[in-house]
Amino acid sequence: MITDKVLMKGNEAFAEAAIRGGARLYFGYPITPQSEVPEYMSRELPKVGGAFVQAESELGAINMAYGAGAAGGTVFISSSSPGIALMQEGMSFLCSAEVPLLALNVSRGGPGIGGIQPGQADYYQVTRGGGNGDYRIPVFAPSNIQEAVDLLYEGTELAQKWQNPIMILADGMIAQMMEPVRLPEYKKVLTPDEIAAHRDWACTGFDDRGGAENRRVVKSLRMQPEKLEEHVEYLFEKYARAEKELCRYETENLEGAGVVFVAFGTTARITREAIEILAAQGIKAGLIRPISLWPFPNKAFDEIDYKTTKAVISAELSMGQMITDVQIALNGRLPAFLAHRTGGMVPTSPEVAARAKAVLEGLK
Amino acid sequence: MKPVFEYTKGMTRASAHYCPGCTHGIAHRIIMEVLDEMGMLGKAIGVAPIGCSVMAHQYMNVDMCEAAHGRAPAVASGIRRVHPDKIVFTYQGDGDLASIGTAEIVHAAVRGEKITTFFINNGIYGMTGGQMAPTTLIGQKSTTSQDGRSKEANGMPLKMSEMLSTIDGAVYIERVALDSPAHVRAAKKAVRKAFEIQQKGLGFTLIEFLSTCPTNWGMTPVKALEWVREKVMPYYPLGVMREPKEDEKE
Amino acid sequence: MSTYKMFFAGSGGQGVLMMGQIVTYAAMLEGKEATFLPSYGPEMRGGTANCTVVVSDKPVSCPIIYEADIAVAMNLPSMDKFEPMLKKGGKLFYNKSLIERDQNRDDIDAYAIDIAGRAAALGNDKVANMVMLGEVVRNTGVVSIESVFHVFEKVFTGRKAALIPLNKQAFLGE
Repeated sequence: MITDKVLMKGNEAFAEAAIRGGARLYFGYPITPQSEVPEYMSRELPKVGGAFVQAESELGAINMAYGAGAAGGTVFISSSSPGIALMQEGMSFLCSAEVPLLALNVSRGGPGIGGIQPGQADYYQVTRGGGNGDYRIPVFAPSNIQEAVDLLYEGTELAQKWQNPIMILADGMIAQMMEPVRLPEYKKVLTPDEIAAHRDWACTGFDDRGGAENRRVVKSLRMQPEKLEEHVEYLFEKYARAEKELCRYETENLEGAGVVFVAFGTTARITREAIEILAAQGIKAGLIRPISLWPFPNKAFDEIDYKTTKAVISAELSMGQMITDVQIALNGRLPAFLAHRTGGMVPTSPEVAARAKAVLEGLK
Repeated sequence: MKPVFEYTKGMTRASAHYCPGCTHGIAHRIIMEVLDEMGMLGKAIGVAPIGCSVMAHQYMNVDMCEAAHGRAPAVASGIRRVHPDKIVFTYQGDGDLASIGTAEIVHAAVRGEKITTFFINNGIYGMTGGQMAPTTLIGQKSTTSQDGRSKEANGMPLKMSEMLSTIDGAVYIERVALDSPAHVRAAKKAVRKAFEIQQKGLGFTLIEFLSTCPTNWGMTPVKALEWVREKVMPYYPLGVMREPKEDEKE
Repeated sequence: MSTYKMFFAGSGGQGVLMMGQIVTYAAMLEGKEATFLPSYGPEMRGGTANCTVVVSDKPVSCPIIYEADIAVAMNLPSMDKFEPMLKKGGKLFYNKSLIERDQNRDDIDAYAIDIAGRAAALGNDKVANMVMLGEVVRNTGVVSIESVFHVFEKVFTGRKAALIPLNKQAFLGE
């Protein structure tokens, strides 16, 4: 049988997807469990006329990305939790200056240097910011390599469309595993002249625009509070549109469910198996799988069967971060409980199923 | 009739916020004059720092990108990757370059980034109100070294140009001063040389300007210029620290 | 059976990850769904290596497994760890050349393979893992022999193509 799929390690598939999506600039610093991404980029980007720089730190990397994005380049960066923390200063600048960027966080256990096994305790870091000021970054959480490839491929365009960083939140599990994946076609890449013509905010030198009266300044500084307030309100009008357009989720098995799980990424896969275990025991369980973490899919919670569902369980690889958004989305309609492991520990599907059973028993 | 004096095309008509007697204005002007004389204003992209010159992008009449505190060399490195045929420069003070941004400036030099950095060394944090900088002289008073900087508490003032000139990728480094017309003319020549070396793609270039801060030094502008000559230059001697060998120049 | 859950475990250099990757690759060539999940990080440098492979006719919900249909143990610590994680009726393949004990459980099928001896007989001790993989594939049918040989052609290219006959020989137990 002939297949059009290839077998790829998550990190290498992520890197290839970014290249096929048009990214030609990559700035990075080694950190487990994503180091295969800079390795792949250092090997493959020069072959397609792109540039790879191993930065002196994640601070260096994010600021190179900011400069390259401000100059009109299509930029991709990746790191893992503590490295993403270092990049938050830059993220805040990029958002204010409206510089596009595709970013990947292969998250691991924390806090501090933590460990290198899979974690989801970066939920607050990526959905609430971590940098200063009022800003938002759309975050997408794939649960398999194919979905990650598709999101990264689309992400280069989303970053340009929204003139904002776009974050893909993966974890060590999906980054290190291999799965068959279908790679998309290469997107057309803009020439320097096309960048000057089409990216009408980019610094390219004012000769491209006929004179100094058309010079461009990429900045976030606004010393007058009136001007800064006006700018932030403008950004939030944009984020309000993004909230409507970028909200993505999947639901499974909600009708007649006694209990509903909310889980993203790797945890959603474990939860699916837990749902099968519960079904074998006569308990009907459903799943809400947020794909966009910001905007959080509040409307998915309107699809819960409130006649039958007794509890909602947020399944997470953290001490409970997404559960805050679950509670906001439920708005008091049902109690929310947590099924979790943390620190790089991953629950088995029977553990998750047992937690659901215990929650339902407790409510009786 | 030939005009005797004109506005520099490289400067906008915005009124600068710099204090009276501050030498930032001179540094801005000679850099932009050189770009104008080279016909490169429309092919230049500058990176402004955080510090007193945070608003340089309002005065320098070219495409400009602002950088976070200390990160200008990284931002310029990113810009350079997209536009290898343009002139890319950073303009940074001593807090920005010699303190919080040491990693970025050192590694831009290590990579031999084809950018030019203008380093304004006035030995103090101006914008935040006169705190001690890594370049503050021994005995010099600041709001965070009120009895004067001591070697025991703060270490010796950092000689960035000397340090950077040990790096192979830094092909041209010169320290100049803005205290006299002769020194200003010499500084302008150095600026031109740095841009020309960048255009030839030889590597990283940096010009350090010994500058004044009359407000935070608590001196008149004239006294501040004298202080540069009497106190600053002996510790930070003027001159070329490193330049391309003759056979590399052409 | 529509789903196979497998552990491959041993020490670094025994070709454990390669066995898992070949099964995953072969399953993909057969149009099946498959996942390969390696252990990663410093423990890899410390000498133990293991991977989890799931092969199925339907999309693999979870790449992490807590019980297996098949376990392959290339050294004693691996056998100690993974033998208890086999399902009842599961199949254990272990490296008789290194592991001196027999299986502890009587509710599983165990296959003791002298992989070092058989590889040495073929004149190349590097194909010991292919001896083991051949036993696993031929005794479980997780993928077909033809698919594995197809993978050999994809993986052993250039100068390595000369190694295909030897690997086939090791695999077939000839």
